[in-house]
Amino acid sequence: MSDNLVDAMVHMREQEALSLAEKMLNDGVNPLKVLEQCREAVEKVGKQFELGKYFLPELVMAGEMLKKISKMTEPFVKQDAGQNTERIGKVVIGSVKGDIHDIGKDIVIFMMDVNGFEVQDLGVDVPPEEFVDAIRQTQPQIVGMSALLTTVFESFKNTVAAIKAAGLRDDVKIMIGGGTVTDDVRKYSGADAYGKDAVAAVNLSKKWVAKNQRPPAELVV
Amino acid sequence: MKERFLEVSAEAELKQNQRFDTWLSGEGIPFTDENAAAAYRERITLIKDAIQLKKPSSRIPVCPSAGFFPVQYAGVSMYDAMYDYEVLTRAWKKYCDDFTPDAYNAPTTVVPGKPLEILDFQLCKWPGQGVSKQQEYQYVEKEYMKADEYQDLIDDPTGYFMSTYFPRIFGSLKPLEKMPLFPPVNEIPCIPPALIPFGTEEIQQAFQSLMEAGQETIRWITAVRRLNGSIMGKGYPAFSGGFTKAPFDVIGDTLRGTTGIMLDMYRQPEELIEACERLTPFMVKSGVASCKATGHLMPFIPLHKGADGFMSDEQFRTFYWPTLRKLIIGLVNEGCVPQLFAEGGYNQRLETICDVPKGTTVWWFDLTDMERAKKNVGQVACIAGNVPLSLLYTATPEKVKAYCKNLMDVAGRDGGFIFSTGAGMQGAKTENVKAMIDFAKQYARR
Repeated sequence: MSDNLVDAMVHMREQEALSLAEKMLNDGVNPLKVLEQCREAVEKVGKQFELGKYFLPELVMAGEMLKKISKMTEPFVKQDAGQNTERIGKVVIGSVKGDIHDIGKDIVIFMMDVNGFEVQDLGVDVPPEEFVDAIRQTQPQIVGMSALLTTVFESFKNTVAAIKAAGLRDDVKIMIGGGTVTDDVRKYSGADAYGKDAVAAVNLSKKWVAKNQRPPAELVV
Repeated sequence: MKERFLEVSAEAELKQNQRFDTWLSGEGIPFTDENAAAAYRERITLIKDAIQLKKPSSRIPVCPSAGFFPVQYAGVSMYDAMYDYEVLTRAWKKYCDDFTPDAYNAPTTVVPGKPLEILDFQLCKWPGQGVSKQQEYQYVEKEYMKADEYQDLIDDPTGYFMSTYFPRIFGSLKPLEKMPLFPPVNEIPCIPPALIPFGTEEIQQAFQSLMEAGQETIRWITAVRRLNGSIMGKGYPAFSGGFTKAPFDVIGDTLRGTTGIMLDMYRQPEELIEACERLTPFMVKSGVASCKATGHLMPFIPLHKGADGFMSDEQFRTFYWPTLRKLIIGLVNEGCVPQLFAEGGYNQRLETICDVPKGTTVWWFDLTDMERAKKNVGQVACIAGNVPLSLLYTATPEKVKAYCKNLMDVAGRDGGFIFSTGAGMQGAKTENVKAMIDFAKQYARR
């Protein structure tokens, strides 16, 4: 039974996944267990993405299924039960100043969240000082910056500089990404790494929280 | 229904030659002198030879995509460029005079801001209206077309755009929701009901906005045409002359949005494919009409959601490519040369996109391996590209030159290549743009 939900989600059988989840909840299966299986399914989807078998449509579909099933579990979950999920690290993320695009950033947030990170989303067009404030308040291990436009690469650099000026540079690893971003931009900005997609962001972050040390220079995805 | 746009017509080649002749004639261009007219024709011939693949161009044409670079280069704001047409044309003239690429891009993507304000345009934020005055306009992705509206779009694309889509993306055109359907107006009793909406104050207001926006747009296009005449008059043709889009991108970019269309690929694939098919003739006609208006033959076709990573090869061949190919064939049959600007990477698509008639298209690449592209796509099409924007932004002139040399060696072998950038050059460092263009022109003449 339980494998069926994972299987339906991994193979993009949305209706089947929703019916199965509904049935499980009505049969009294612990909603946290249902959600855990969704998470497992999304992780498998991420794996397929990494292998080049799945692409954006599947990530988006997995996100939608998870969203719908989470909503379904709400009436079954006790008020604070959702807060108990164990988190492996904290991430502050936003689209940099001057850029209002959010699709890529939101996919990264979704994948980070599913993979156990506590994510603070600063939104779009985020000035350097907001990143700095958020780092002070949230104390994340990781900062993620996103941009689509080629005219805002300077914002990456300015934000890294602001984090440094605030004395926080050694406290965080910084990753950047977005449609036009390359490793040249990473070098220019002074960020620690560039990730070409959402799964790369997750893998980078997992390595960082596992090692909890500065990555070697060649560690670039 | 009759299948169209699958085969190249017998007249396609003749029509392409006629269009090249029209473009080459430079009729109506105020050339400064005979040398300028000759230089104009020589530059077009470089491009023509690169496209037709019959003989190598006498040298590689150098046609970087200006993007909004001329605005930053002139030291003016995007706001001023969008609102003061003299500022816009001065900036463009300065860029073209100082850098003299073989073919230039008309500033038609620096759209006038005032008409957008008059129409209360919702789809973008633009300088002074949601983004800073220094910044370019940016799209606000939303589901402007709802998931359950495919049938409406398929039944009547024009009616759908007029009465559903426009009222959503233009605040001032909300009253068009009440526009009548036109095909039922075909008998005398059908006339009065169709006329009633036009008598209402709200519809009249909407038309008033359109009239004002139209008048303002004529002021802008008059300035742009004068500018175009002055640049071409010095011997420099425009690189593209029109605009159209892949049907899948029409739906994915600004109707359903990225998330919406990705879900539709799973939830309502048949409707999505049918809608792409339904939009195809519109996109063909729009490309042909825009070329006719400019006397050019290359409609610019920015390709977005078919890039590597956006979908699998199978999905590309199912959802994206069939109607893009029909668009290509439809344009080629009218003698046009589709200028296919493959943004992002197209490494996984190279085999599929080779299925185009030889010598009729330009495949303009961004983050694609040009050596591979040369080997397969280069056999059937002119390839263009691909100096990366990240390089022009972050590197030194020396590194830029090294990239250009390698690119020209690899992709420029035996003709069939147009030197260009991987994207519009906004954000690029001036010294890198200069190094790139100067080097490319000099190396092309070696």
